[in-house]
Amino acid sequence: MNVSRRWLEAFLNRPLVARDLVPRLAMLGLPADAVEPVNAQLAPVVVGHVVELTPHPNADRLSVCQVDVGGGERRQVVTGAPNVALGAKYPFAALGVTLPNGLTLEKRKLRGEVSEGMLCSADELALGQDHDGLMTLTTDAPAGTPILEVLGLGDDRLVLDVSPMRGDLLGHKGIARELAASLKMPFRLPAVPGTDPAVGASIRRVERRAARMAGSSALPDGLEIAVETGSSCRRFTAAIIEGVAVGPSPDWLRQRLEAVGQRSINNLVDITNYVMFELGQPLHAFDGARIRGGRLAARLATAGERVTTLDGTERTLSASMTVVADGAGAVGVAGIMGGGDSEVSDGTTTIVLEAAYWDPGETRMTRRALGLASEASQRFERGVDLWGLPDVLRRAIELTLVVAGGRLVDAVDVWPVPSNPPRIFLRQARVRQIVGVDLSLAAIEQTMVAIGATVLSKPDDGRLAVDVPGWRRDLTTEIDLVEEVARIYGYDKLPDDLRPFRAGAQVRAPIDVAAARVRQGLAAEGLFEVVLLPIGPATSDQAVPVLNPLSADHGFLRERLIPGLIGQVEANWAAQVRDIRLFEVGTAFLAGPSRPAETTRVAAVVTGAGAPAHWSDSGKTADVDWWDLKGLFERTVSLANPGASVQVEGGELVARLPGGQVVGRASVLSADAPPWAGPVFGLEVELDPAAPAPVPFVPPPTVPSSSRDLALVVPWSVSAESVTTEMRKSGAGLLESVAVIDEYRGPGIAPGARSLAFRLVFRRREKTLKDNEVDSAVNRIRGALEKQLGVTLRS
Amino acid sequence: MDPTGYPDLDALLPRLAAIEGLTPDALEAERIAILGRKQGALTALLRTLPALAPEERKALGAAVNRVKQAFEAAFDHLTTGTGDRPEAAAGLDLTMPGRGRWIGADHPVTRVTTEICEIFASLGFAVAVGPEVEDEWMNFFALNFPENHPALDAHDTLFLSEGSSERADRAGGRLLLRTHTSPVQIRTMQSGPPPYRVVIPGMVYRNDPFDPSHAPAFAQIEGLAVDEGIGMVDLKATLTHFVRKFFGPKTAVRFRPSYFPFTEPSGELDIECQLCHGNGCPACKQTGWMEILGCGMVHPNVLTNAGVDAEKYSGWAFGMGPGRVAMNRYGLPDIRYLYSGDMRLLRQLGGTGR
Ligand SMILES: [Zn+2]
Repeated sequence: MNVSRRWLEAFLNRPLVARDLVPRLAMLGLPADAVEPVNAQLAPVVVGHVVELTPHPNADRLSVCQVDVGGGERRQVVTGAPNVALGAKYPFAALGVTLPNGLTLEKRKLRGEVSEGMLCSADELALGQDHDGLMTLTTDAPAGTPILEVLGLGDDRLVLDVSPMRGDLLGHKGIARELAASLKMPFRLPAVPGTDPAVGASIRRVERRAARMAGSSALPDGLEIAVETGSSCRRFTAAIIEGVAVGPSPDWLRQRLEAVGQRSINNLVDITNYVMFELGQPLHAFDGARIRGGRLAARLATAGERVTTLDGTERTLSASMTVVADGAGAVGVAGIMGGGDSEVSDGTTTIVLEAAYWDPGETRMTRRALGLASEASQRFERGVDLWGLPDVLRRAIELTLVVAGGRLVDAVDVWPVPSNPPRIFLRQARVRQIVGVDLSLAAIEQTMVAIGATVLSKPDDGRLAVDVPGWRRDLTTEIDLVEEVARIYGYDKLPDDLRPFRAGAQVRAPIDVAAARVRQGLAAEGLFEVVLLPIGPATSDQAVPVLNPLSADHGFLRERLIPGLIGQVEANWAAQVRDIRLFEVGTAFLAGPSRPAETTRVAAVVTGAGAPAHWSDSGKTADVDWWDLKGLFERTVSLANPGASVQVEGGELVARLPGGQVVGRASVLSADAPPWAGPVFGLEVELDPAAPAPVPFVPPPTVPSSSRDLALVVPWSVSAESVTTEMRKSGAGLLESVAVIDEYRGPGIAPGARSLAFRLVFRRREKTLKDNEVDSAVNRIRGALEKQLGVTLRS
Repeated sequence: MDPTGYPDLDALLPRLAAIEGLTPDALEAERIAILGRKQGALTALLRTLPALAPEERKALGAAVNRVKQAFEAAFDHLTTGTGDRPEAAAGLDLTMPGRGRWIGADHPVTRVTTEICEIFASLGFAVAVGPEVEDEWMNFFALNFPENHPALDAHDTLFLSEGSSERADRAGGRLLLRTHTSPVQIRTMQSGPPPYRVVIPGMVYRNDPFDPSHAPAFAQIEGLAVDEGIGMVDLKATLTHFVRKFFGPKTAVRFRPSYFPFTEPSGELDIECQLCHGNGCPACKQTGWMEILGCGMVHPNVLTNAGVDAEKYSGWAFGMGPGRVAMNRYGLPDIRYLYSGDMRLLRQLGGTGR
């Protein structure tokens, strides 16, 4: 909502400064997105006083003026204006000033005489059409005073961010009311410049009747106003004014509208816009001569009905939308935009002014269906003042009669189901409970009066009966009034000392604990966490689609995290980054019978050097390989899903729960890799929210261990794991640990086999093993390996 | 060490020089062989002393002790690894770079979220989470969103299923991606009796383009406190306390009215602009204030919808965007940096240097 500071001043009848206004409005719930000085380009233009005037020695049509520009300074200005007069005051623009037409003033000579600046016409300052002569300033202000001050054109446009609940703040009156409540002072509707009390008196009461309006020259048979049931219209007021003269708006009206960013069109259209920005109620002005069939109706559209709106677009309507129609067809989409056919034009002499109430929800649905938002729809969607319509119409009539002339023929108010604004009971105790401060009943009553409510009775039970003002559709229950009390009291006045509290019974979500453990663990493994969009392109034909995505790139829920990470690997490659280590903890979605199944997962990718390059490697740092992946996978599974074990399955690694369910995978990945890239490895594991079982205490051994290294010839058909399993089985409880320490393939080893070296550590917890006990255990193991697996000692 | 003149002792001196090259196992064996109390070579020599003449005994004794001390010092250096060993670095240029290892880090948004959760944990709040797929009732209607109201426009929703949104049946409606973490407030209140004190971090979704200031999915964190006798003063006090813990004890704070469907009275908390410190700059629209969180007293309809007695209990809630905070903290000009896997950026933001 664009707000003019000076317009607010007219309501409050006191000067306001934007610097104070903006924080005050913010503390009322009306933050400003921007404050823009209006007519800023005129700020350097000042009053210039012509103190000497001589004809130009070399040119008949030119005059040479000595101009007092304030501060004891004088400038010589050469002008060709016929109306320049000694002793008169004109707008003066100094050298370097850029005028609204884009001209920047430079020092120049006119037929030999220096001109240091310019005396301006209204046209040159964009203040009117008159370019025949200088703009004469009739003012007592001394030379050098900014003309914005003299002409009353200095203004600030406040761009306010109005809550969607507060339709009443989409007009200056509503904002003035808030300010008045905050400043504890009165406010009133500004008088229409040039109005006459007789004009106000001539406007009869707007009668409530369902009726044909009186005839006029343009509408000889009068005008029938109809509100059809089923339409979104709740109340319709209209006035016929004949004998109006369409023309440019007076300066005051034009300036008001320009200050809020509206272009002046003609006096009649400007009046409807003025009333909308003043009172928050959109109006429409029809050309009476172009209303067909002597009828205006609010009715449902027929399916497929077409109407060309003011913006020149033909719109196809559905049967749930409401239109304003004349006897021949739709002339506008109700609450959103009028049609071009019945628009006021230069030849208009009779107008029909319409001020109506259109249902907010239905207006919103129509606006969304048509994709057509307007200043009007914005206000109807939030809800205008159903009970204030006659006052709005009277204001528009008064403005029309004063600005465009004419005679009021008739005014009518069609209100099928009359109602009253709601009455709400407000308890003092509820205010104390919710706000937390003790306010007297009288103080609460004051805030209610300040927002325009009527406090009807004061029963002695600590309650107020509050009749809500009609423009506050957002106030429907007691809590709404509590908020008003707190708001007008001032959030800044509430104390901010911590009071004792009871802790909640809730415990930290286990999955949050697990996710934190995984993040910490993988960061310690030298990986960086990323957060990627969980919606993207389909990763399989099972992917859950989003019904209304903004783009196909974001059309599906991700089923796995890995594809997103591969995309990031490729982006790094594109930036010539080769060493990449990333992980993500997030949600994946799988299609389910009633709704998608969500799991929290961790995924990681690693590629490039296994460690930062070091000079001792002679520039040949080894790349990440399968063994790095396996180690990382085992670590990740132990962090994320400690109940699972890592197994080899086909060409990849899986994490499997004791029940057989696979909860993680790791493998080499295919990606769009440049030739210099290393192989990419990836893993993904589902998080188990259950806390890992604590490991039971085992006292550290107190007796020494003995170790033996065995070099074995192992056929390729026998896995290293089966060898270690057999070792443990035949180690008779003395084998504490076994590790592969070397692999050799090549000369000396039969094809189809390799040599594996194992380090076996033996220990008996109770008593130190003797050498011969270890030797016999080793022999037992050797025998079992040979018998069970055909694995022999390397000779 | 210089020769002692005793052949038995001098025979040991080459072994003193060789100690440094021994493996740990061999080192221990050598220590026992030289200094061992039973078979140690020096011990054996000392045992011969009583049989010698007094002057002889004194001279040999002193020589043996000198050699013994040299061996002990050598063994001590190697077994404890401490002590001043300038000779150990001989031949090394210690200005050469050390051997590094890859360092990782959690995401800036995770870091901000974690800090927020920790501050609230100190105030008795536990972390709660919930599903990202919800239905309309959970996401909107339980939270007192009016139907067909402009308030819904700020929540342009990504839907997953068609269907009518019958709010009369108090459950269901169309499936959607939650537009805020507030459904978890409902879930928390449905899970047991008050008091409630939870913080709710999570991913939320909007039908927004992916551009410098929008993302279709982003992190949010909310908080909820409900009990008997909780008022706006507690909301203001707790959130002011939080903001000063998070942004610094002297941070200027402003609490002003706002509108949200699920809270009433509603408010927003501003902190002094972190760029201009209140003087006004383009980032704060010249106001000197920066909006940091939305909050309010839980609307009675929300309590009622969640099965909590709205006359007996009251409470407050807040919500904020850790991503926005992270952008301010690290000076990111474009929200899409938060979704980047660029290693150079992550190393920089992670503060790990590599
Ligand atoms: Zn700033």
